[in-house]
Amino acid sequence: MLGRTANGLYWMFRYIERAENIARLVDAGLRVSLTRVGYSDEDWHGVLESAGVREAYSEVHDTLTAANAIDYLLRDSANLSSVISCIEAGRNNARMVRTALTRETWEATNEAWIDLKARLSKKLKPADLPELIDVIKHRCGLIRGAFHGSMLRNDLYNFSRIGTFIERADNTSRILDVKYYVLLPSVSQVGSALDNMQWESILRSVSAHRSYGWVYDGDYQSANIADFLILQVQMPRSLAYCYEKIVSNLGYLAEDYGERLQAHETAGAIRKTLKQSAIAQIMDQGLHEFLEDFVNRNNQLSAEISNGYRFYQ
Amino acid sequence: MLTAEERPRSPYQTYHEWYSSQDPAHLIQKTRDAENIFRKTGITFAVYGHADSSEKLIPFDIIPRIIAAREWRKLAQGIEQRVLALNAFLEDIYHKQEIIKAGRIPRELIEKNVAFLPEMIGFRPPGGVYTHIVGTDIVRTGEDQFYVLEDNARTPSGVSYMLENRETMMQMFPELFALNKVQRVEDYPRLLRQSLASLAPAGCKGRPRVAVLTPGIYNSAYYEHSFLADQMGVELVEGSDLRVIDGKVKMRTTKGYEAIDVLYRRVDDDFLDPLTFRPDSALGIPGIMDVYRSGNITIANAPGTGICDDKAIYSYMPEIVEFYTGRKALLENVPTWRCSEASSLKYVLEHLEELVVKEVHGSGGYGMLVGPTASKKERSEFAEKLKSKPSNYIAQPTLALSTVPIFVNKGIAPRHVDLRPYVLVSDKVKIIPGGLTRVALKQGSLVVNSSQGGGTKDTWVLED
Repeated sequence: MLGRTANGLYWMFRYIERAENIARLVDAGLRVSLTRVGYSDEDWHGVLESAGVREAYSEVHDTLTAANAIDYLLRDSANLSSVISCIEAGRNNARMVRTALTRETWEATNEAWIDLKARLSKKLKPADLPELIDVIKHRCGLIRGAFHGSMLRNDLYNFSRIGTFIERADNTSRILDVKYYVLLPSVSQVGSALDNMQWESILRSVSAHRSYGWVYDGDYQSANIADFLILQVQMPRSLAYCYEKIVSNLGYLAEDYGERLQAHETAGAIRKTLKQSAIAQIMDQGLHEFLEDFVNRNNQLSAEISNGYRFYQ
Repeated sequence: MLTAEERPRSPYQTYHEWYSSQDPAHLIQKTRDAENIFRKTGITFAVYGHADSSEKLIPFDIIPRIIAAREWRKLAQGIEQRVLALNAFLEDIYHKQEIIKAGRIPRELIEKNVAFLPEMIGFRPPGGVYTHIVGTDIVRTGEDQFYVLEDNARTPSGVSYMLENRETMMQMFPELFALNKVQRVEDYPRLLRQSLASLAPAGCKGRPRVAVLTPGIYNSAYYEHSFLADQMGVELVEGSDLRVIDGKVKMRTTKGYEAIDVLYRRVDDDFLDPLTFRPDSALGIPGIMDVYRSGNITIANAPGTGICDDKAIYSYMPEIVEFYTGRKALLENVPTWRCSEASSLKYVLEHLEELVVKEVHGSGGYGMLVGPTASKKERSEFAEKLKSKPSNYIAQPTLALSTVPIFVNKGIAPRHVDLRPYVLVSDKVKIIPGGLTRVALKQGSLVVNSSQGGGTKDTWVLED
């Protein structure tokens, strides 16, 4: 397989994953605006921060309003992480690697682009947002489904999966890091109404407000929420789960190519940390520091994969 | 489809019966279905200079163009003769130049031609084949009267439409293929791969590694490049994937660099090798021409074949065919005035309103004047360009082109068409029975180029 093809698949799936995650973040933000007593547009700061675009936003807009923030996150093509930009970039990568994709996967991606481009080209009305967010998640789900149902389990598949999970791990750790202070035990031994709302919002942004309940018996506790998103391997958006998948897909590549690279060592070490840590210990040593370190190591792994498998040169 | 007496011409008989029994509303729906299939699949092309609508669909007409086996055989003989002559011509101009010495074609027309590559002089491509893939544009004026409109020996495009049009027709109207015995075009990708592989460099051991070279996703024909690579089961590469290592062209894979034996390139000569041609090209592979000249890679089509697409060379094709095959050309040229000749230029300027004037290096319908439909202002502006650089132009009469039926909301309407059959050359010549029929969708229009609002339709060659 061409290095450029591996690169294209990796980024195609990173962008599709990011598009879906941005939609979830907006969804969680909307939820807060509906349910929080004393809500103000300032609450969108956190959402922009989690999406990693707070600074870029303030370069375009002088003031923070909900409408502008939502517009920026969903449909501003100047924002490289907006849903429309991600879908466009994902589809461009898919076009580039079209010969590596099954017809189903390509068509699901192409149709997502046609549909979302049309929907996101119009100014958004608040009343249409819930449906729009559903459509974005639905379209991304269709791409994933077509991919799982039709692609050969070979190196093409492995690079696509690695892209998905590197991106997801990055997104989940950012969401947590932006809100880490509401999870600190000193602030909240017993959750206030405000804490509960904040916690629910975190869970919503990873579509896990229901599954959390199944695992922890419905009880909102800050340590459990952090545990769920960082260490719980059953939770498909947790850092631990992402690294199980990254390590196993890298493992298939090593087997297939008969060669282990620096990336394998790095991924293995990150996985080991996640496997051996307890949440109390992470909280003691500093949740923010832990997450910051994680984001850096995750980026480092991404660079090692690009180099090791000759994505660019 | 119909004769003067309003009866269907014989190859259309079965289709006509079927068509007459169809509900028009159903056919209108089918036209929309076809558009959806194309959009969903992403069968698009880019029109340069339209920033807002970077990907466009080519309109598809649901009525097939039908050619009888007898008509096709005649056409195929003429095409084969022409393609063999083109190859012999290329071999000659890059070697002994007998045709120039015999005084049949002016020396400056060859040696001063921008498409003539001195780098190819004295070099023999693997298997002696220059034009591996040729598209010959044909128009028809009467029952048995075919003319060649132009030769595409550099990088003929559109074959993916031939294949997708057939695929779409078979999906939408399977019953028609039970009623009519239509010759297959679907083997094209397999034949193309075989043909390319058979011309691998002599030193190539084992199964030749073939790849398609594309300028990338923003190229107007990118869809076709990816389609052909996919259908042939070979890699689709860009210049940045390739590098010359140890005298071979190799592609960067996730496991390291692997050699390529045959490169089907869809990148123009100018951009192929920045060390030999345009130094600013980012699309090519530095040093590939050295590898080529030392016989370690096959490039299809060979660099320097573009000279056959030149419309001034075209005007000499009857002489070229006769010179190399010893027989008169079976297919006629459209009569052509070379504006480089003073008497012709005078005639052309005096008859602009009846003529089509084309740039000799032009393609895609860009930079041409269709005299009869142009405004007075357009004609006088064009006359100025013509006078300032006559050798840049040729002129042809507008032929009384035959029409074929297309489906419009009111039923059937006649439109002008051309036909591009595709020819594969290796140790033999293989002509795919069918081709790309392009339709001038505007009533009365003669311009069929997709960049100028043309459409396409499926082309059937019937079995005997």
